[in-house]
Amino acid sequence: MKNRIKVLRAERNMTQEELAIEVQVSRQTINAIEKEKFDPSLPLAFKISRLFGLAIEDIFHYD
Amino acid sequence: METKSNEWEATQRENVMHLAYWTIAWVLTMAVATFGPKFLWDQNSSISILAILVNTIIGAVMILMNRKYANGLDEMQRKVTMEAMAIALGVGVVSGLSYSMLDIANVIPFNAEIGHMVMLISITYMIAFIVGSIRYK
Repeated sequence: MKNRIKVLRAERNMTQEELAIEVQVSRQTINAIEKEKFDPSLPLAFKISRLFGLAIEDIFHYD
Repeated sequence: METKSNEWEATQRENVMHLAYWTIAWVLTMAVATFGPKFLWDQNSSISILAILVNTIIGAVMILMNRKYANGLDEMQRKVTMEAMAIALGVGVVSGLSYSMLDIANVIPFNAEIGHMVMLISITYMIAFIVGSIRYK
């Protein structure tokens, strides 16, 4: 699954650590999601999309 | 933001420490229950039963702490942990039975000890956990 988290994070000048804190996961998990090595669960995807103020489909794309 | 981080990390740290304390307590009470009859209470059955009972109860608490630790992980950490546990369990069951059959068939010149299986399961878990963690880096 592809995602735009890295771009959205950069636009907001946010670090992986800060995003991880906001959605209550480890920095390693955010890194794995950004590198598309790990697909987040639906609740985590909702948390991330709410944080960026976007719809899930605007961030995550099924490849 | 910082407070949130501290809360989540503090909970994880606390879970790890609780698991460590109870694991150490379990190992120590197992040592007492194993060597106590010979070196501490001269084969007194009542004390041996009590020591084994205490060790079993502490073991049960350790299992609950392990579950709490696993539930406190985030979803990727939990996936890595569960995969490592599944591999360790599979290796333990399959090789344990093979090892037992080798002993029954007198193919190996020594008795199949449960301690060997515990070591194999532990090493398998550690390797599987490290490999799983590297895979998601």
